[in-house]
Amino acid sequence: MSILAGSATKVLVQGFTGREGTFHAQRMIEYGTNIVGGTSPGKGGTTHLGRPVFGSAAEARAATGADASVVFVPPLKAAGAVREAAEAGIGLIVCVTEGIPVLDVIELKARLAGRGTRLIGPNTPGIIVPGETKIGIMPGAIHRPGPIAVISRSGTLTYEAVHQLTAVGLGQSTAVGIGGDAIVGMGFVELLGLFRDDPGTAAVLLIGEIGGSTEEDAAAYLRSGYPKPVLAYIAGRTAPPGRRMGHAGAIIEAGGGTAARKAEALRDEGVIVIDNPSAIGETVRRRLGC
Amino acid sequence: MKLYEHQAKAILAAHGVAIPGGGLAATPTEAEAIARRIIASGRAVVLKAQILAGGRGKGGGVRTAASLEEARRMAEAMFAARLITPQTGPAGLPVRRLLLEASVDIGRQVYLAATIDRHLGQAIVLASGQGGMEIEDLARSSPSAVIRQPIPALEGLSPALAGMIASACGLNAPEAAGFTAVLTALWKAFLECDAGLIEINPLGWSAAGGWIALDAKMVLDDAALPRHPELTALRDTTDEDRREARAAASGISYIRLDGDIGCLVNGAGLAMATADMIEQAGGRPANFLDIGGGVGEDAVREGFWIVASDPGVRAVLINVFGGIVRCDLVARGISRASRDFGLHVPLVVRMLGTNAEAGRRILAESGLDYLSAETMDEAAAMAVAAAAAGDKP
Repeated sequence: MSILAGSATKVLVQGFTGREGTFHAQRMIEYGTNIVGGTSPGKGGTTHLGRPVFGSAAEARAATGADASVVFVPPLKAAGAVREAAEAGIGLIVCVTEGIPVLDVIELKARLAGRGTRLIGPNTPGIIVPGETKIGIMPGAIHRPGPIAVISRSGTLTYEAVHQLTAVGLGQSTAVGIGGDAIVGMGFVELLGLFRDDPGTAAVLLIGEIGGSTEEDAAAYLRSGYPKPVLAYIAGRTAPPGRRMGHAGAIIEAGGGTAARKAEALRDEGVIVIDNPSAIGETVRRRLGC
Repeated sequence: MKLYEHQAKAILAAHGVAIPGGGLAATPTEAEAIARRIIASGRAVVLKAQILAGGRGKGGGVRTAASLEEARRMAEAMFAARLITPQTGPAGLPVRRLLLEASVDIGRQVYLAATIDRHLGQAIVLASGQGGMEIEDLARSSPSAVIRQPIPALEGLSPALAGMIASACGLNAPEAAGFTAVLTALWKAFLECDAGLIEINPLGWSAAGGWIALDAKMVLDDAALPRHPELTALRDTTDEDRREARAAASGISYIRLDGDIGCLVNGAGLAMATADMIEQAGGRPANFLDIGGGVGEDAVREGFWIVASDPGVRAVLINVFGGIVRCDLVARGISRASRDFGLHVPLVVRMLGTNAEAGRRILAESGLDYLSAETMDEAAAMAVAAAAAGDKP
């Protein structure tokens, strides 16, 4: 089982013919993702990777019935591309692009509010439902179908965690990167909500990091009770305050957003916080008693 | 990107916010010339060290001179010494520019800022009728004195909202009218510059001239700089670390930390986790270094130089999870860089994922002397042991 997407999801690639779009669309097709086409300004009517290219998201949606989109459009145009997809009626938008100005994302979120559009990212590796669909850039081969949901603010650290889960025999129901930027679409809380009701998910692994308060928000959400075990790893214990650690959102500001405080907030709500990033897979396995 | 006070004030002035009269000096001679004009106008001179860190008042970076002779002596002293404040670290920062301003007689002082609230996912205006102290301190001591007003992204700052903020600060009618004008100008500058923060503290009320911005801070959103060439040009690279500058040029995220184990990792989260692992293993990371997502051999080579050229590094740990990045490419980059630049400290490599086997073979055949680790904790333990062994004479 899965949340957000599955093998039937029809996926559009925005920024389809660019270098990144081409590279990752090819890999998504190889994984089995139902890529129904792409957009590329000025290239409507052509064909790329055996799929039709459209001039706009609206045309693409009308012709293909795409219900999800993955965005590889360059940073200064990416918010416009997401908005275009939302206005075309596409319900799930995964924005891979890194480096979108914050004010663009704030305006975008305001425009999306009330539409029911689900935005993942920006600056996300995407969503994968192992064995069904991959809407993003993560290496498909390390994933296996299984009972663990993964929600993460990171890319390669998620791959590390997934690799460890797979190595101890635990597959993943759905793995979602929420994005490494300061302001993103769906957060830990919304996704915990979706996994709560997902019969295919037995436990949830959160991978957080310094900066912001999405881990604290998750802790507050869990306070009223959650029917499945939740485990977490928080990166950045050694990060100095005031410096951006690679991700635009990974910064300790005015004494807030430290890894210690996040870990404590989650522990207070019964979350098993894993201190050793080498022991993620093993700790989840032990908690599930398998 | 942080701006200097004088740059922030120039932007605010261009948007119609009043600032004290004065000028910017790069030498004691220039400072004396500006001070002479101010003293001749019958005002005292405020000398303000221009550094990209706060807490200047506590470190002697803001001084007032009543005479030309005093101003000259102060300027010389301020240029001569590095300025140490609670935010600069013990080494302090060199003072390359002084802002000299005419002192202003102020009645009421207020605080005014626009910034991003990550929790709300919105821009907000922060204001307080009690200006002059650090907003974090004020928020702790009297939280009700700080107004946090989210500004709707699509509607913007309406006159009604600006008026509400003014009255929440407890201003009288003439003060409030001027205040909403300053607030509107600040908000316009915030949007036009793609700022992450603009802060005026204090904003002072002078009976003669209305509101005047006595100090200003401004931080720009780095992601938006490509659409603001005129603001990008304000960047001052004089005091940028050589390695940080080279990293920035090749799209590598690099931050020098105070330990001795150099790290080269792909991905920000994994890089933070690697640094955390090193501390857990009893060592200290020398840096945070994320070579990025879709890197090639050249970025690896640059990253290797940045870490290996650091004289404080006693061991190097490379941790790569091949996904999009192929481990064989990373291995080629490492072997080429080690040939080009040399490496005089122990190297630990942990590679996993796409083409890891090929990568390990390339490293083994390159003749490079290194330790191979399977897991992250094994890699961290090896690097910590190697760095400690290198400590012995």
